[in-house]
Amino acid sequence: MSSTATRAAQSAAGPASAGTDAGVSNPGPSAEQGGPRGPENPQSRGPATDYADYRLVPSRHPWRWVGTAVVALGVAAVAWSLATNPRWEWGVVAQWFTAQSVVNGLVETLKLTAISGALGFILGFILALMRLSASPLLVSVSWTFSWIFRSTPLLVQMLLWYNLGYLYEKISLGIPFTDVRFFEVQTTTLISQFAAAVLGLTLNQAAYSAEIIRGGILSVDQGQLEAAAALGIPAWRRSTRIVLPQAMRAILPTAFNEIIGLVKGTSIVYVLAYSELFYTVQVIYNRTQQVLPLLLVATLWYVVITSVLSVFQYYIERHYSKGAVRTLPLTPLQKARRFFATHAATDNRARSTR
Amino acid sequence: MTATAAATEHPAASDTTRGLVEITKVRKSFGATEVLKGITLTVEPGGVAVIVGPSGSGKSTLLRTINHLEKVDGGFIAIDGELVGYEVRGKRLHELREKDILKQRTEIGMVFQNFNLFPHLTALENVTEAPVVAPRSGKPRLTKAEARDRGLELLDRVGLKDRAGAYPRQLSGGQQQRVAIARALALDPKILLFDEPTSALDPELVNEVLDVIRELATSGTTLIIVTHEMGFARDVADTVVFMDQGQIVEQGAPHDIFTNPQEERTRSFFSKVIEPAFNI
Repeated sequence: MSSTATRAAQSAAGPASAGTDAGVSNPGPSAEQGGPRGPENPQSRGPATDYADYRLVPSRHPWRWVGTAVVALGVAAVAWSLATNPRWEWGVVAQWFTAQSVVNGLVETLKLTAISGALGFILGFILALMRLSASPLLVSVSWTFSWIFRSTPLLVQMLLWYNLGYLYEKISLGIPFTDVRFFEVQTTTLISQFAAAVLGLTLNQAAYSAEIIRGGILSVDQGQLEAAAALGIPAWRRSTRIVLPQAMRAILPTAFNEIIGLVKGTSIVYVLAYSELFYTVQVIYNRTQQVLPLLLVATLWYVVITSVLSVFQYYIERHYSKGAVRTLPLTPLQKARRFFATHAATDNRARSTR
Repeated sequence: MTATAAATEHPAASDTTRGLVEITKVRKSFGATEVLKGITLTVEPGGVAVIVGPSGSGKSTLLRTINHLEKVDGGFIAIDGELVGYEVRGKRLHELREKDILKQRTEIGMVFQNFNLFPHLTALENVTEAPVVAPRSGKPRLTKAEARDRGLELLDRVGLKDRAGAYPRQLSGGQQQRVAIARALALDPKILLFDEPTSALDPELVNEVLDVIRELATSGTTLIIVTHEMGFARDVADTVVFMDQGQIVEQGAPHDIFTNPQEERTRSFFSKVIEPAFNI
């Protein structure tokens, strides 16, 4: 019992000594109390004046103002030229922006992005698990996959898939090295433009996302897996409920980079004459010769998609940061509300004192 | 031991014959380093064994072999006569399938030095996760509602019912470790393993965790505790085990071990770790 008594005595002494420590070395709390520490701290050798009622004057940053002015000027110049240079042909842009054919192209682009993005990340997840497995064969197959698809241009992959019929006339499903065939089909009927596009984008995406997901999984502390295993939580559940949600924090920023890249990457599908947004716009400007305005139409749509994705990214990242930060940062909407709430309050106060 | 008396208070621990741990000639190497050199140790049902010894003596590794987080290279471990991680078929020991190992682990709770709480789940979610999904032998999994009730009850037992909705990072170290203990208790284990449960805590917070463990020591659950808290060891242990360099140097009742160690190595260790104010 004597030991616990000793410990109790020590811990009773603890907070008191901690208190004086904080008073001497840590300026934080005392600054909040308004001004330098005064008479309550005998070790302080500062002046005895009480500054509590003095007004605080923040330091000035003149160069920040100069920089702001220069940049503002530049932004204004660009905006002015965009608005006034008639060669941008904003009227043509407006005319085509929501034209039926452009919207159809946009839908195809979104379809390609969604399908190959989803399939790519699912395949990437499987590849990442293979890469992390204990089987040397699985590891090397996964590694080779990423190696090949990351080291060949997407354009070449795309053309290769589309011309698969030249390499293999028929595609069949059966038992390897025997004559048993469950089904057989002409390659050219199976691989349409759409299929070639999805295949090319998916496999390429999988190669990149496998590395991203693997990195995310590796970033999760090994102790998490141990704790889950010690609790008897089954392996699949360990991956999906314990590891993946934590890995998501590392995965998401890069994954959204990839998806945003993919949105614009779908434009490469024009080589297959597949009528997604970029190809559609090309067809139109070849007819009307309004090249720049129509490219601008496509560009604006890509900007819109990317902006929407960025908003999603913000909220999804926020969702997965639960528990990783002590308090979640405010959303822009909450910030705006708080800003107006506090400023309205100070305005009122200012008016009442006058 | 007050196991029988405690059993009436804790219906979960009604079976007083459960929780016998028999460790026999266990060996384990990491590469060329032999970490466990033939450990033999028996902990009686409801008993409290405290393992002490210098860093690198194999204490934690021994603890981790008990729930098969580490596979042994030789020897075996049995819980209530059932081998951990293996089954006997003819003259061979076959390693169990993952699912059966998980079943065994649900009988053995573990508390880690670094808590290892799941940071993205609330305190309550940490506690309720395993009972809902872990495969159990002879017992059904809990429904979410049952797990929630049980979880709140356990958080209440460790004094944290009002923090059920908090994320681990919003809790102090001592509170996190208490949640981790509640999490380990959620499966109603026969045996609880503590791997230096207070080593990562500020001195001020050590006692709140030790108090919870002290309370468990009378509940009829078998406890095996690796710790550097000698005063605590003396208070709760039935058996103190002193390990050094992968071997058990000496074991016995706490009073005997602390006041009258037989081995020179034990004596020199205690002379270094027991604070001068600590008198028996």
